[in-house]
Amino acid sequence: MKPVFELNEVHYRYDQVAAVDGVSLQIETGTRVALLGANGSGKSTLLRMLDALYFPDSGTIQFQGEALTADRFEDDALAFSFRRRVGLVFQNPDVQLFNPTVFDEVAFAPLQMGWKKDEVLARVDLALRQMEIVELRNRPPHRLSGGEKKRVALASVLVLDPEVLLLDEPTAALDPRSQSQVIDLLIGWAGTGKTVITATHDLSVVEDTSDYCYVLNRGKVVSHGTPGLVLSNTQLLAQANLIHGHRHVHPGGVAHSHPHVHPHNHD
Amino acid sequence: MKAGFIERSLRKLAFESDYASGAERIGAGKGLLQGVDPRVKVAGLFGLVMVAAASRQLPVIAVLFGAAFILALVSRIPVGRLAVWIWTPVLFFTGTVALPALFITPGRMVAALGPVSISAEGLHSAIMLLSRAETAATLSGLLVLTTPWPAVLRALRTFHLPVVFVVILGMTYRYIFVILQSAFEMMESRRSRSVGPLARAERRRIAASSVGVLLSKSLQLSGDVHLAMQSRGFRGEVRLLEDFHAKASDWVWLGGFAALAAAVVWWQR
Ligand SMILES: Nc1ncnc2c1ncn2[C@@H]1O[C@H](COP(=O)(O)OP(=O)(O)O)[C@@H](O)[C@H]1O
Ligand SMILES: [Mg+2]
Repeated sequence: MKPVFELNEVHYRYDQVAAVDGVSLQIETGTRVALLGANGSGKSTLLRMLDALYFPDSGTIQFQGEALTADRFEDDALAFSFRRRVGLVFQNPDVQLFNPTVFDEVAFAPLQMGWKKDEVLARVDLALRQMEIVELRNRPPHRLSGGEKKRVALASVLVLDPEVLLLDEPTAALDPRSQSQVIDLLIGWAGTGKTVITATHDLSVVEDTSDYCYVLNRGKVVSHGTPGLVLSNTQLLAQANLIHGHRHVHPGGVAHSHPHVHPHNHD
Repeated sequence: MKAGFIERSLRKLAFESDYASGAERIGAGKGLLQGVDPRVKVAGLFGLVMVAAASRQLPVIAVLFGAAFILALVSRIPVGRLAVWIWTPVLFFTGTVALPALFITPGRMVAALGPVSISAEGLHSAIMLLSRAETAATLSGLLVLTTPWPAVLRALRTFHLPVVFVVILGMTYRYIFVILQSAFEMMESRRSRSVGPLARAERRRIAASSVGVLLSKSLQLSGDVHLAMQSRGFRGEVRLLEDFHAKASDWVWLGGFAALAAAVVWWQR
């Protein structure tokens, strides 16, 4: 089968920064891939290119064997078919929630696809139940808690049942309960045929939620492999600013053989 | 530093009355205008706004304001909301523009405040400016407060308003409070960092740079929102669950708006 995405020497720069600096990678259909990197390493920019919101300055991105270019997206039919199959959940739910009610928010994408009213209603209902937000249906999204907003944002993308899901830091800034809800979703997508690409700097979730990882540093892929392999290379992770480069001993003499996350108090 | 009066009032406006969600509740309510086709409201109220803006006689503006006020009452828009969301902010912003006119317009003197005097002509032009602005804002408020926002955007598009314009309007409405909030946060952190009163020049410099940061923040935000819309299939047209169907009563409303506008224009001939 063709890979979902195939990137070849992709570059993207904002005025002064090379945000993505020569990335080549291949993502196979049905895999759960983690893009690991510290803040500013280029994860969000890369996801926006995978969602055809930005196009590379140079290099190519192929989606199921076809190049993603601004020219081709002039065509409505192609654009709608791509938007239907690929969904991006933004890191900041505030930019994603612009409708007056949760219902309108979740119905937005199916309506833009031009689906029939009955189908829109049925799909919205399903997505609301799936994300356990049925009772929020008539509330304005921007008045919800962080965890609720995240679930609405997820529902507003899952409602199309896309083949490819792009998630930008889905567990960042969530309370522990909402966080474990999102992680359960990610774990549940294993083996469903969905391709899930998650950008994160949270090493603690990677092992359970991904089949393959790419480590980004300053816009470049510095390492890739299975989570076990990537997480065991502490030196590299330290270079990519994903872990602190010091050794420490835990109370009780617990020794960790792999990098892990725990609270630091630098004050 | 103490928070200024304007700052405090704006904060109240932004946080306590949360415009967007309150407006949605009124929009979904059971008043008279809520049942009118959004396209008729856009055309009719826009016509009245134009007439008010072009009007040179105070009684004419008063009649239009009265009409707007009655429409608000029969649409069950609480007067308190109008005062907080529309009349007060317009008073602030237009007031600062109108104030100098009071003093600098030459003419017959009616009052003296210490060394400066207010002329009759100055008073008249300040009142005209303010009343026109309040009337136009109240009429536009009627549209926005009695119509769900996506329907307003959709209706604007039926009049071939450019997509870009509609998108910008949409962003402004939804994000004005996010932007106001970051403005307050910025002021707050400035205040907590500065010790003692600042010189006036320093204050002005800080205000100018804050506006710059705020502007670029809001541009960034609306850019991102637009991307998020595109990501979910937005291609410039807003599609709604129910499309508009003009009823017989909508034609009556349209006729009513047109008759009022025509009567006012004829009166001023
Ligand atoms: N809109 C923008 N304008 C200018 N620079 C940007 C913009 N967005 C991101 N950057 C810069 O590009 C680099 C990569 O950012 P980003 O893709 O957001 O990384 P990440 O998501 O990994 O934190 C950073 O140095 C960031 O400061
Ligand atoms: Mg990011």
